[in-house]
Amino acid sequence: MNLLPFGVALWLFVVGLYGIVTSRNLLHQIISLSVVQASTYVLLLAVGYRTGGAAPVFADIPTSRATVDPIVQALTLTDVVVGATVSALLLAVAVQIHKRTGTLDPENLRRRPES
Amino acid sequence: MTFLQATILVFVGAGGTCVVATRDPLRQAMVASLFGILLGILFFVLQAPDVALSEIVVGAVALPLMILLSLAKIRGGDR
Amino acid sequence: MTIRVRRVVFLIGVGLLAVMLARSVGALPHFGAYRGPYGDVVSRASVSERHITDVVTAVNFDFRGFDTLGEEFIFFAAVLGVALILRPQTDEGVGHVIDCATGRAVPPTSDAVRVLGLGLTPPTVLFGIYVVVHGHLTPGGGFQGGVILATGVLLIYLAGEFDDLHGLYSDSALERAEAVGAAGFIGLGLLGVIAGSVFLDNVLPLGRTGSVFSAGMVPLINLSVGLEIAAGLVLLLTTFLRQTIVLRRIESPARRP
Repeated sequence: MNLLPFGVALWLFVVGLYGIVTSRNLLHQIISLSVVQASTYVLLLAVGYRTGGAAPVFADIPTSRATVDPIVQALTLTDVVVGATVSALLLAVAVQIHKRTGTLDPENLRRRPES
Repeated sequence: MTFLQATILVFVGAGGTCVVATRDPLRQAMVASLFGILLGILFFVLQAPDVALSEIVVGAVALPLMILLSLAKIRGGDR
Repeated sequence: MTIRVRRVVFLIGVGLLAVMLARSVGALPHFGAYRGPYGDVVSRASVSERHITDVVTAVNFDFRGFDTLGEEFIFFAAVLGVALILRPQTDEGVGHVIDCATGRAVPPTSDAVRVLGLGLTPPTVLFGIYVVVHGHLTPGGGFQGGVILATGVLLIYLAGEFDDLHGLYSDSALERAEAVGAAGFIGLGLLGVIAGSVFLDNVLPLGRTGSVFSAGMVPLINLSVGLEIAAGLVLLLTTFLRQTIVLRRIESPARRP
């Protein structure tokens, strides 16, 4: 059972990558990319977890209590917001591609000459 | 590892698979919103309340919203 | 290469990757056996040296504030990119502001949605401000509170029409707010340089642990980051909404109003 969190992170990474490689729709690719990003969050938090540790907020617990690692939480926290914004940038590019070429299929984008 | 953590991890793995397996972007946006909530619960169970708050607000509200807006533009077309 | 060949190559590659990753995961410490010293040192130093009870906020805005500055500017650049990519093109003009739905007439907003939106917007904005201001005491901070504030603005659109947001997006108030938020972070960092110390050093008085006016510069940095994230997300939303609802393709640029 020790391998379950790391296994889930690995599985999310592989599944998201499979979605990106075999996708026929640009929007589907972008959402699969967010699944790949989620796998890194799960891995980071699993590495920093301590059994029996409390959340790293000392507002109501004594400072001598053992907590989980706060560093990886700080990394993941900013990454969640920024990752969603970069996905928004990709969505804007997809909207423009549809406006210019009329298709969202990555297969057809290569063969269509620039209109 | 507690039983709760193991259950949520399995749900997250299944949720990620469902997000990729849904090919239609409209339905995929809804499944991605549910996946965001599952991730938020997982982060909460792993004693990370800041990250859970961030993930719930972003992954369940902001990201599906932007996907739906892009879809509305693409499907509504340039009428 | 065809799709089939690409799929086979991908499966071979990901098989090798999975084997390598599984071997490296096997060499990690067991799940729950976190033994690294840095996290414990930071947890102890956060309350005693900085008077901050939320260690994650302390790491984000005080101990490793420089990394957060970089992340904030990734956000800034992404919003800039969206506003640039979705700007009105030469063959698009401002059309009639209508909500679009394919193939059917759009019904007017129901009264239940209006009442709910009206009732929920002030608590949401209040909650967002609370999360931003109390970021150094309880879980929260500029990033989360900024997103909550942006969803408050979204509720206004959902309960009404896009024109209700006209005051926000028409006169570049959002761009100015976002710029003030981003520049505020750098300005607060320069405060440390002016005081004779390093960039982003916490030079304001630290106060009493547990009160809102404690932890020196961290509440101010929280406020500026919250302002930037909220303004940036609302800018994103109005850019996408304007694409969908307002801009229409016109046949020739000569007919542009």
